[in-house]
Amino acid sequence: MTRLRVGLVFVLALVVLALLAPLLAPHPPHLQLDLAALRAAPPSAAHPLGTDLFSRDLLSRVLHGARISLAIAGLAVVMAVLLGGTVGILSGWLGGAVDAVLMRAVDAAMAIPRLFVVLVVLALWEHVTVPAMIVILGATGWFGISRLVRAEVRNARARGWVVAARAAGVPGPRIVLRHVLPNIAGPVIVAATMGIGQVVLLEAGLSYLGVGIPQPAPSWGSIIADGQAVLRTAPWIVASAGGALVATVLAFTLLGDGLRAWLDPRAP
Amino acid sequence: MTALLDVRHLSVTFTTRAGVARAADDVSFTVAPGETVALVGESGCGKTVTALALLRLLAEPPARVDPASRILFDGADVLALESAALRRLRGGGIGMVFQEPAANLNPVLSIGAHLVETIRAHASLSRGAARARARELLAMVGLPEPDRHLRQYPHELSGGMQQRVLLALALAGEPKLLVADEPTTALDVTTQAEILELLDSLRRQLGMAMLLITHNLAIAATVADRVAVMYGGRIVETAPAARLFAAPAHPYTEGLLRAAPRLDGPDRPTPAIPGGVPPATAWPTGCRFRPRCARAFDRCAEEPPLMAAGEGRETRCWLAAGTPEAS
Repeated sequence: MTRLRVGLVFVLALVVLALLAPLLAPHPPHLQLDLAALRAAPPSAAHPLGTDLFSRDLLSRVLHGARISLAIAGLAVVMAVLLGGTVGILSGWLGGAVDAVLMRAVDAAMAIPRLFVVLVVLALWEHVTVPAMIVILGATGWFGISRLVRAEVRNARARGWVVAARAAGVPGPRIVLRHVLPNIAGPVIVAATMGIGQVVLLEAGLSYLGVGIPQPAPSWGSIIADGQAVLRTAPWIVASAGGALVATVLAFTLLGDGLRAWLDPRAP
Repeated sequence: MTALLDVRHLSVTFTTRAGVARAADDVSFTVAPGETVALVGESGCGKTVTALALLRLLAEPPARVDPASRILFDGADVLALESAALRRLRGGGIGMVFQEPAANLNPVLSIGAHLVETIRAHASLSRGAARARARELLAMVGLPEPDRHLRQYPHELSGGMQQRVLLALALAGEPKLLVADEPTTALDVTTQAEILELLDSLRRQLGMAMLLITHNLAIAATVADRVAVMYGGRIVETAPAARLFAAPAHPYTEGLLRAAPRLDGPDRPTPAIPGGVPPATAWPTGCRFRPRCARAFDRCAEEPPLMAAGEGRETRCWLAAGTPEAS
């Protein structure tokens, strides 16, 4: 229960901060304030997280970075749930040859490292946009969810209430939507919540490698990459985005864990 | 009188790791309109498989219904129905009540949602009209506060109330035949009696036929017009209920009747039938009851057919054919 509350408060706070970034940020995220006086300045009252090598206010950049990070992760996971859910339902409900073909395809897809696929695909773009990033991460992130959904649907299909609904003449698609889906929503919500944290991390990693959302957009990964060279002299640059990243992943993991315990009374 | 349900040579096999299990083997029986037939036998004798096969609810594979099987309901060939007609049959022609009511209600849907859905699957009614009909059905199965129950979820009801809800669901499509598979097994004894009485009175009131599947001979004796006894995937005896209980023709039926504990007899250990039911993958050759039968003789190594034994009775036992010496 504590995990759920703490996670929920953290995630809500993050979402609010991201949504209100334009109002909360003291400066525009791209604005170079004073290249001479404020180049990599340490945290101060005027710039609580310091400034970066281009004299941009780090607090403003981290806040705007949260928008990019959460928008990409949230929408990519929504897409992954829709794709994985559809494949999982088809596979689990129809079974037989459909199941065999779909699940072997998923096995094959899972055998290829996700980062590798994403890197290759991103290399095709000169200038990656946020929607493109969402599609790429969504399209490569649904395999695990499809397996989870398939397993849950197969389990539900053998339950008495599904047989009873069939015996009562309820059409198959309706049984899936009205009877099965609400019963399997719990584990899917938990997996999706945890997944958001993972995608935030993956997106930051891609930006760090320089193949993500390009500069000057304030992605957390590129802030860390910028600060890496001056880690010894200006550690606050890496710390600003790094701290935000850690807090975000932790918040979604806590929330996912809390939801798991809350939705499933048997879990410890 | 033409039968409402006519099952002929129904055979269902399951392919398992241990081999092919012949769960129902050449099962034939009929149910006339308005009649109550009880299908009786111990666990694993093929009762439930037979019931599920009536509505084509068996998962194939692993189950396989032999192509020579025929199930005729109201003149229609059930095993050949296409999907829309099959959906109409399920719930509309044949309503089904299962054992363990708690497992057969979806925990995330309210009672009202269950009923409205089933009603609307069989009649084009508006949501409101379907809800009114749902209220009627709940009242019909004797639930005290239909309006409140409509909003309740399955876990909020007791086992007996849940079973009444399942019965209401089975009646929602106005079926001509009600199949009740061990409808009282999961309930305590007083509730059992109430549910049985309810089943029987609703059957009369609505003019339905009923196929009651049970391992409980007392229940069969109370409500059935005719009884079919199953053993080892086969029907071993069918007879009008009164005659079957007065004078069983098959040694298995006799054994079952003797094995039922009595309150009025002398205080003695209840005589059990020796041995256990062999696995469905390895039925004995000849008569399947032979290894456990006290009256088995040479001819039982040969498979007995169902033989007429007079007074609307059939039995699958060579004893009914007279002893081989005599014939």
